[in-house]
Amino acid sequence: MGKLTHLQMLESESIHVMREVAGQFERPAILFSGGKDSIVMLRLAEKAFRPGRFPMPLVHVDTGHNYPEVIDFRDRRAAQLGEKLIVRSVEDSIARGRIVEKAGADNSRNRMQITTLLDTVAEFRFDALLGGARRDEEKARAKERFFSYRDENGQWDPKNQRPELWNLYNGRHNAGEHFRVFPISNWTEMDVWQYIEQEKLEIPSIYYAHKRRVAERQGVLMPISDLVPAKENEVVTELTVRFRTVGDITCTACVESDASTAADIITETAAARVTERGSRVDDKASEAAMEDRKKEGYF
Amino acid sequence: MDLLRFSTAGSVDDGKSTLIGRLLFDSKSIFEDQLEAVKGASRNRTAGEVDLSLLTDGLRAEREQGITIDVAYRYFATPVRKFIIADTPGHEQYTRNMATGASTADLAIILIDARKGVLPQSRRHTAISAMLGIPHLVVAVNKMDLVGWSQDVFDKIRQDYLEFAKSVGAKEPVFIPLSALEGGNVVDRAVETPWYQGPTLLQHLETVEVGETEVAAPFRFPVQLVIRPDLDFRGFAGRIATGSVKVGDTLEVLASGRTSRVKRIHTLDGDLQEAHFPQSVTILLEDEIDISRGDLLVKHGEAPNQVREFEADIVWMDHQPLRTARPYFLQIGSRLVRAQVSKIVYRRDIVTLEKRDAEELNLNDIARIRIRAAQPVALDAYDNFRQTGAFLLIDPETNQSSGSGMIAADQPHELRNVVWSASQVDRTAREIRNGHKGGVLWFTGLSGSGKSAVARAVEAKLFGRGAQTYLLDGDNLRHGLNQDLGFAPGDRTENLRRAAELAKILADAGFVVLASFISPLESDRAQIRRIVGDADYKEIFVSTPVEECEKRDPKGLYARARSGEIPQFTGISAPYETPKAADLVLPTHQWPIEKSVAAVLDLLDRKSVHPGGEVEGAGEGI
Repeated sequence: MGKLTHLQMLESESIHVMREVAGQFERPAILFSGGKDSIVMLRLAEKAFRPGRFPMPLVHVDTGHNYPEVIDFRDRRAAQLGEKLIVRSVEDSIARGRIVEKAGADNSRNRMQITTLLDTVAEFRFDALLGGARRDEEKARAKERFFSYRDENGQWDPKNQRPELWNLYNGRHNAGEHFRVFPISNWTEMDVWQYIEQEKLEIPSIYYAHKRRVAERQGVLMPISDLVPAKENEVVTELTVRFRTVGDITCTACVESDASTAADIITETAAARVTERGSRVDDKASEAAMEDRKKEGYF
Repeated sequence: MDLLRFSTAGSVDDGKSTLIGRLLFDSKSIFEDQLEAVKGASRNRTAGEVDLSLLTDGLRAEREQGITIDVAYRYFATPVRKFIIADTPGHEQYTRNMATGASTADLAIILIDARKGVLPQSRRHTAISAMLGIPHLVVAVNKMDLVGWSQDVFDKIRQDYLEFAKSVGAKEPVFIPLSALEGGNVVDRAVETPWYQGPTLLQHLETVEVGETEVAAPFRFPVQLVIRPDLDFRGFAGRIATGSVKVGDTLEVLASGRTSRVKRIHTLDGDLQEAHFPQSVTILLEDEIDISRGDLLVKHGEAPNQVREFEADIVWMDHQPLRTARPYFLQIGSRLVRAQVSKIVYRRDIVTLEKRDAEELNLNDIARIRIRAAQPVALDAYDNFRQTGAFLLIDPETNQSSGSGMIAADQPHELRNVVWSASQVDRTAREIRNGHKGGVLWFTGLSGSGKSAVARAVEAKLFGRGAQTYLLDGDNLRHGLNQDLGFAPGDRTENLRRAAELAKILADAGFVVLASFISPLESDRAQIRRIVGDADYKEIFVSTPVEECEKRDPKGLYARARSGEIPQFTGISAPYETPKAADLVLPTHQWPIEKSVAAVLDLLDRKSVHPGGEVEGAGEGI
């Protein structure tokens, strides 16, 4: 009998976690941004639930600072799958006065989406949100559980996490509390790319090499646009780049690359000397930046 | 490329984090920005050079205190294998975290400081690794550079370790002399150890065989979900916990005991002919049988015993102590059942590993306990079934995962007899499912004495507790089963004989039967007792005297008997022989009915092996 490959092992574990969510929760949802990790999540959901429908809708919290290619892809993919997509936007939260946007060109909407996300949880009374976060992304995430408990304020208490043993996941909760569930916790960036290649998954074009105007800032290449104008003294050049993550425009840097296929990216990733989140400016603020945002309810 | 999960246990001083940092660093799994962050942090904490341990200590509290308090997961890969490291703290007060990391590990690395040798902590780590059934053990004798790479020191540690390892049932470990700080024998061979012929740590991690015992074990498949998009597809989704399954295999469903053959093994990538641990699949069966989340599919002929009471080893993980009186949820496989800890058999001293008596368990205690579940549980010993033999105890008030348990291979003798056999549904099986024993409460007394009133009230109470009950009285039998019988002495005896036989069948069916018959003759009652069986029979004499009964005369029978309309009426024109050996006497003319009802219930509760025993709480499932 053939041994499973590491991707088959990871896939089987993730499917198991997704099915536990469907079995244990009444109103789960799966977060889908159009980014590569959430694309992998949707394929895993197909593996877990087909030929049935997904027992949960797709949800996206739109910061309003996303690349149009990614938003188009998001809508197209949801339609292809025939699954329900719920979109709530940070813009709306600002318009309704739930959030006050801080001034300044460097200000990211990442922290602001916490409010919109928690409002969405309350609106639909979601009791579990499936997300594509991985433990290899960042040190605080290395200690995150598969089933991560959030109190009625949506907050994470890293020192008081439920122990998680074997493949037994305890999702019991009271009304108003919810869980964040991370089925691909044990995947690395390399695993994600290998899976995209293996499953021949379509991803938004900006993950592949394209020409873009960029400027070097804090050691990374920032794409220059209306939202992120060049600063004084910055040299803007057009380079062939790709994105390793496709979050908020204002805080997602790109890397120089010629990679035009998933296989190319795997080759590049194997040689990469900077972690994926290293291209995210928001984590650099302090050593414990991610831990602080997670405590507040960030994904 | 396959996957190996391993855990590391050790304290700060053992250099555990440094060892992991070394593995990541030398296998080139560390990115530049991580190294930069570590260099920055080393300066912040005014440490000297680059501290590799900072790569693994994730949470701020840990970085500030310089200790590892939670399990952190690390990933690296070599061309042949991907690795998942569960990096766990070594201190006594973090035993639960260690157990967490160990629970999914294929291999455990126990770190021993070459200068200090085998410490109580090493024993504890070994015992926990053994208890959690980690298949492979590596003893990394670290800081060999500080003892001049001495073979004598290494051999002494090996000898000391082996002496106690056997006593806790640990597997034969692989010993490796190394230096995490300098890197010798971690990834690259140390030039200082020509006397060591074994593999370096990474060589061993890359080549050790894993997953074979799980595939070879009997098939176990906890059903997570039923996938039913339309009438043509009804699939049972889950992950194979052990063993393998192929199309055509006859499977048995626990707890129902129903069987059917595998029609298809569905996956999104196409149907499989055969699947094995640890694949996630969807199984379709040939027959429409009732299966839902929580059921366990096994191969016919390989079904585990099903029991309501069993012993298990447990690591207590909650600040709230374990108490035997409290209710818990038992989460096992995909099932959730109510349970109670019926006793703490012993607590294991965390330092000396000796067995001690205990009234309660506190955070990080390790113990052997006895658990009573509200419904039967498949008894897979953890030694052979690392997934289906493991469970959580969840506090229903706080929802905390309070205890992590492992079903013991050695169940005590008195529990072995109480096996719930799914394929052979018998009285015991029914009684375990009901949560109480079957039996007969035989109410005897004059007409109008209040037998039926008390019996009805007792039935209402028992039924309210969730018990299976049935009220049998002379009148309703005479309308059907006994309608061919009259009131001649021979017919009366036959009437009671049939009633007794019926009561016996109902008791065997698991019911608490409340039989209300005048049954005036000692000889008839002796026959009834014989038919039902002494152990199941409780005789309750409702002792209201005839004068009182006649005064009540609810059905006007006494008046008709006095007038001679009814011949041979017990108490008037036929004798009532006072029972000599009644289990309970109820003077209902002196007692309010509540007192009589309480007396009957008390009789049941006191003699828990008799009818209705253990009924208490069955309604709430304990």
